[in-house]
Amino acid sequence: MKTRREFHKLVAATAVGLAAPAIPGSRAFAEDKPIRIGASVSLTGPLASTKNGLIGYELWRDDVNAAGGLLGRKVELVTYDDQSSAANVPAIYSKLIDVDACDVLFSPYGANLSAPVMPFIKQRDLFMIGMFGLAGNDVARHDKFFHSGPWGPNSGRDWARGFFDLAKAQGVTKIAIINADLEFSKNAAKGGAEVAKEYGMDVVFNQSYPPNTTDFSSIIRNINAADPEAIFIASYPADSTAIIRGIKEIGISDKVKLFGGAMIGPQYGALLSSLGPELNGIVNSHTFVPEPTMQTPAIKGFFSRYTPIAVEQGVDPLGFYIPPFYYVAGQLAEAAIKGSNSVDPAKMAEYLHANEVDTIAGKIGFNEIGDWKERRVLMVQLRGIKGNDLEQFRNPGHQVILDPPSLKTGDLAGPYNAARAG
Amino acid sequence: MRRNSTLFLAGIVIVLALGFLMPWVLKNPFYFFVGYIVLQYVTVATGWNILGGYAGYINFGAAGFFGAGVYLSAFLFTTFGLPLPVCILAAAIVGAILGVLMGYLTLRIQGIYFAIATLGLVVVLETLVHNISALGGASGMAVYGPRPPAWSPGPSQYNFTVMLVIAVASVALARFVEISWIGRGLRAVRASEDAAECSGVPTLRLKLLACALSGAVLAAAGAPYPFYTSFVEPVTAFSLIIGLNAIAMPLIGGTKSWAGPVLGALLLASVQQIATVTISSELNILFVGLVLIAFVAFAPGGLSSLVGRKQRRSVA
Amino acid sequence: MMFSIDILLNAIVTGILLGSVYAALALGLAITFGILHIPNIAHPTLVVAGAFFVYTLCQWGLDPVVAALIGLVPFYILGVALYLFYSGVFEQRGGANVLQSLTLFFGLSLVIEILLSLGFGSELKSVSVSYIGSSLKLGLLTIPYRLLIPALLGPLMIAAVWLYLSRTSAGTAIRAVAHEERALSIAGLDPASVKRHAFGIATATAVVAGAALIMVGPIEPFAGRYQIGRVFAIVVLAGMGSIPGSLVIAITIGIAEALVSSYLNPSWSPGVAFAILLIGLAGRPQGLFGGAR
Repeated sequence: MKTRREFHKLVAATAVGLAAPAIPGSRAFAEDKPIRIGASVSLTGPLASTKNGLIGYELWRDDVNAAGGLLGRKVELVTYDDQSSAANVPAIYSKLIDVDACDVLFSPYGANLSAPVMPFIKQRDLFMIGMFGLAGNDVARHDKFFHSGPWGPNSGRDWARGFFDLAKAQGVTKIAIINADLEFSKNAAKGGAEVAKEYGMDVVFNQSYPPNTTDFSSIIRNINAADPEAIFIASYPADSTAIIRGIKEIGISDKVKLFGGAMIGPQYGALLSSLGPELNGIVNSHTFVPEPTMQTPAIKGFFSRYTPIAVEQGVDPLGFYIPPFYYVAGQLAEAAIKGSNSVDPAKMAEYLHANEVDTIAGKIGFNEIGDWKERRVLMVQLRGIKGNDLEQFRNPGHQVILDPPSLKTGDLAGPYNAARAG
Repeated sequence: MRRNSTLFLAGIVIVLALGFLMPWVLKNPFYFFVGYIVLQYVTVATGWNILGGYAGYINFGAAGFFGAGVYLSAFLFTTFGLPLPVCILAAAIVGAILGVLMGYLTLRIQGIYFAIATLGLVVVLETLVHNISALGGASGMAVYGPRPPAWSPGPSQYNFTVMLVIAVASVALARFVEISWIGRGLRAVRASEDAAECSGVPTLRLKLLACALSGAVLAAAGAPYPFYTSFVEPVTAFSLIIGLNAIAMPLIGGTKSWAGPVLGALLLASVQQIATVTISSELNILFVGLVLIAFVAFAPGGLSSLVGRKQRRSVA
Repeated sequence: MMFSIDILLNAIVTGILLGSVYAALALGLAITFGILHIPNIAHPTLVVAGAFFVYTLCQWGLDPVVAALIGLVPFYILGVALYLFYSGVFEQRGGANVLQSLTLFFGLSLVIEILLSLGFGSELKSVSVSYIGSSLKLGLLTIPYRLLIPALLGPLMIAAVWLYLSRTSAGTAIRAVAHEERALSIAGLDPASVKRHAFGIATATAVVAGAALIMVGPIEPFAGRYQIGRVFAIVVLAGMGSIPGSLVIAITIGIAEALVSSYLNPSWSPGVAFAILLIGLAGRPQGLFGGAR
């Protein structure tokens, strides 16, 4: 068949073109074959603001290779652009394993893009580090999956518990919850509602909205009509912006003590810059802020190298939220490989389950499905933001840590309307 | 016709035999992973062409039928544990019903209005699926597929073979429609619906039949998808690229006969699979856009008409 | 859901405002598709391109409305160029069939989207003007200026175009060209130049609609996709060629979406425009206002 031959030629050309001598089925190579780490990164599409994570991967790879590689072998990164689309993910990861012969996988960014990969790694029994995929392993329960993010156990329900702990301490009894209709934000809202009920709070309003909603007037009016004392929001950068602007336009009751929670966006330099003082007062989740309780020489060193590269590439020059944990992913893989002295998934997983790893984000220990033993998600309150300059965020005091208590650097300034003024 | 039919049948047998044997010769499952998508588009393009090419009714909503097939199949498998062939059949039946429904709603209007109305179908279906929590809603549904039977070495290969059978069946169906009285009637409708109606061609019934067959094939193309990706969510299942390819592939290959969609699908899908992972994704879309414009401008009958033209010229 | 009067009033007002913006988006298509019968499915993408044009000028400190006015001439020229391309492609064959025209414009919209994406990146872009962010308070109503100003652009532009089409001879020629090409050429007018002019006007409206769009909310290169459905629904339901009709339908759709969003669930609003379209087409295929075709 002419077309069948053509097809085979095309596929063969692809395989060769990628310089991956993948002998189907067997892998009997000499020790100097590099160790390959495969991942997809969202270089384009709505999640393209997460591509600065790649700098984290690359800094780690350079550090490891400068120190002689792993097991005497050089470390190579194989990455593809998933275009922020879940549809592209299965093919990319299939390729990483079957054509590029990767030894370790890093997941795509976030729950939405990682969900398609979980059944695949479980069926093929592969080792993978999860990148910001909330509760990603709760259903698959794969024993060779490890989170690089500080979500903690039962993350689906508990990762944002800090927000509700703060609400409880303020005596909040009525809470409103809204979320974007996507995997992560839906899970966050669902978990939030469960925790609220557990704390005896009344969820007076609970609604999800389509992902590309730009006008929140009716939702905000409905929230006001429900008269809550705290508002928990699980949103993405576009909607986060629209919601904050909408609140400014329509106004909100003085009764609201806490506003924010799981809004993605205010962690990124782009939104910190464009919204500036409008962000004052929100209490939102974060993974790293330059407050005294979190600064270590290791992480300071990371940022001093990250920033010039980010500026050159035109990505977020602050890079607090994502890049450090991409570096951590590398450190986890490094620990697993060195610790088990192999690239065998079972041995690597066994090592990580049994040992703590020291990383730039602190010491990490894992439970049986790869969650961090202890939740270290921050709830920070944005304060004292003046103007749109980004450099102010490098100083402490603008993103005050309210939770967890072990890292706390300040108390809640409320109610929200007062905190909004600065 | 007789001789052609025998040749066609022989061709089918060879293709199927190769399809069943290949997995044991080529060890790397990745070939079959990619091959599945190509075959899926062969089916999609063929199904679309029954209504779009034969009858001339441009369906912008191919993704709606495809997504319906995906979700029905996923739902039946995870909730009732029904075996794969049953899921596929069920998807085809539901696709046919959806097709007839769409036909009733929109076929009284011709041409461009029909095309726009079909676009609406995708949005309505996607919104529906989004809001039904039993189908997983926005977060999607994980599907742990069935174990491949003994005659197939692995899940990718098994899915590939299943898709091959569906593709072959669809092409055979399209060819049957083309050479039968149905095809003749549809061609009359495409040429001039009023004239056909006046000549006694039962236009409405034929159009509804074409809608049903087209819908069934499109849904069947989506039925094995949940087992292929192990995960379904509305944005992928109803994705724009499916609707786009459903139109682009027959346009490129030729809309008049069953061979056109097959040719267009084999070419365009293969190129897209390579491009998606090797070049920038955006340049991939740019490429498809430019190709579409080029074909519409210079080869509106598709590749098969170009070949036909060359043959005629060499004879004359 | 709380049935308070102020939620209802605000929802209706928001719906009217959003509907006016939708009408601005649909105007260009009402001209090209409604009057000229050219299915310019790339129009929403042209609106997005207009929005990016306005965004670029706003980066240099201009007000979006001023930027839109500046953009009228370049976009008119773009429209003329597009029409020349379209007619050039199909001229040799003496006209295009549905699939071919739709595909051509589909391809064009993809190319434009990618060029925008390569040029501006795929992240959201917005404009910030002094009046965006504050609201007008009228009793029970709170009207954000972000919606009010763009919503005024829509009807103003529609009124201007409608007056042009009905009062001037050039406008009358445009309205006639789709049906009476022969009569036109007998009268000494060149149908091709009339169509060119109309296409240019339609594309010029895209830059104003783009300004309205980017004032309402941030946009990204592929934002046109979400508007295709609404825009076609408006033009088709209004009846081909009825420009005032498109304003009425657009506002109706805006109100319907706002009410669904307030009282049911925002997740259902993407489907509203299409549901209305499908029902409308099933009931009255020639549209509610326009001439039969």
